[in-house]
Amino acid sequence: MDGVELRELVPRVLSVLVRRGADFATAEDAVQEALIRALSAWGDELPADPTGWLITVAWRAFLDLTRSDAARHDREVRFDTEPPAGAIPSADDTLRLYFLCAHPELTSSSAVALTLRAVGGLTTRQIAQAYLVPEATMAQRISRAKRTVSRAGVDRPGDVRTVMRVLYLVFNEGYSGDVDLATEAIRLTRQLAALLDDPEVHGLLALMLLHHARRRSRTRQDGSIVALADQDRSQWDTGLIAEGIDIAQAALARDQLGEYQAQAAIAALHADAPRVEETDWVQIVEWYNELLGFADTPIVRLNRAVAVGEADGAPAGLAALAEVDEHVPRREAVAAYLHEKNGDLELAARLYAIAARNAPNLAERDHQMRQAARLNQHLQHHR
Amino acid sequence: MAKYLLLKHYRGAPAPVNDVPMDQWRPDEVDAHIRFMNDFAARLESSGEFVDGQALSPDGVWVRYDGEGRPPATDGPFAETKDLIAGWMVIDVDSYERAIELAGELSAAPGAGGEPIHEWLEVRPFLAAPPTFTH
Repeated sequence: MDGVELRELVPRVLSVLVRRGADFATAEDAVQEALIRALSAWGDELPADPTGWLITVAWRAFLDLTRSDAARHDREVRFDTEPPAGAIPSADDTLRLYFLCAHPELTSSSAVALTLRAVGGLTTRQIAQAYLVPEATMAQRISRAKRTVSRAGVDRPGDVRTVMRVLYLVFNEGYSGDVDLATEAIRLTRQLAALLDDPEVHGLLALMLLHHARRRSRTRQDGSIVALADQDRSQWDTGLIAEGIDIAQAALARDQLGEYQAQAAIAALHADAPRVEETDWVQIVEWYNELLGFADTPIVRLNRAVAVGEADGAPAGLAALAEVDEHVPRREAVAAYLHEKNGDLELAARLYAIAARNAPNLAERDHQMRQAARLNQHLQHHR
Repeated sequence: MAKYLLLKHYRGAPAPVNDVPMDQWRPDEVDAHIRFMNDFAARLESSGEFVDGQALSPDGVWVRYDGEGRPPATDGPFAETKDLIAGWMVIDVDSYERAIELAGELSAAPGAGGEPIHEWLEVRPFLAAPPTFTH
């Protein structure tokens, strides 16, 4: 059993403890404790019933934690040493855990951290490394989140929209430290889709799979960005694409369209084109129009302007861009691209330089700077 | 060991020798510069002298407390602000001389024409924790 398989047992074990009457915050600590013991105790030899082993060890750890807590507060221990019978893991409990970690009173960053720990079974150290914050900071964030959930009451969990937003945030964080957050987000969304038959959850899973399929081609060895049009499509993971398209189509066939399904449809149209020239931009624009009905945000409008530029030509794209909020990130980058396509190279070069200045991360800054340098060199040669 | 901050400025440093804006460089010169910066950090990591490196967006804003029950007052960004930090590297080295040596190497990052930029970097020692036995 590897780390991931072990972590898959975490939400079930935690649910059992909570159902036996353990408070969420302490139970979560106890499960982490059991997980750490399992990693060292199991080695090559698995117990006959890994879940049962974890429940027993976690329950004992919970009692120890409660006792030391109680001693500090000079209170009586309220729990029997022997676990009550009858509590076995169930799918509904795992689902409830997702909702709990997306509690409406939690901030996004807290919900993300709590989901990764309580549902994902990651350690505080792993989560801290992934988000590039000190471990002590992440430990505080998680324990505050648990207290918030306990205080606010475990009976008013978040809704599925919040759960999906949390999972998508995890997916988009990408990769640093020894945990691959994108893969982890896919694993958790897959598990959620198996528990909850909602076309939007399937849409989200499809969207993640289709993005993930292109991952290898999106950056070079040195971390520099490769634009969609320049990506080596032979590196795309055809297995993931096929799965993503299947899931997206099955969800769309149920005729309950939503934001994630529309985004998955757009991703599927990109993934489906063997060459960039064969991209069905007209259909992509139609999907963006659908998407606007669910999420009329400046970012969607910005992406739509790019698609319009491809489908109907640069002037149409620039007209669509004119309606986009001036302050949306990456607006100059899109403007530069459309003006270059429109043949206005001097303006495009200036805009690429501004886009570099305003880029939200170093990889994008370098990418836009290279575009500016490329156009300026071209202009010098043709002056 | 002592920690030093190597500060790079968007504005406020004396003009470098090779003073051409990056968007006017050739694309391969941009690549060479980025490679140099990555290699430099990697080299300090392998020598055990690297602590942290971060880049900052040029957009900043001034904020101050504006009284009980009021939201903080914000102002700027001011185009005339003389000093604008672009980023930093924190190093942990044996001596002041080593800090100066490394800053000199970093300042030799290639720019237009593949020639060193000779950019001025600011080197600031950290105020260290008090030694164990002075009090």
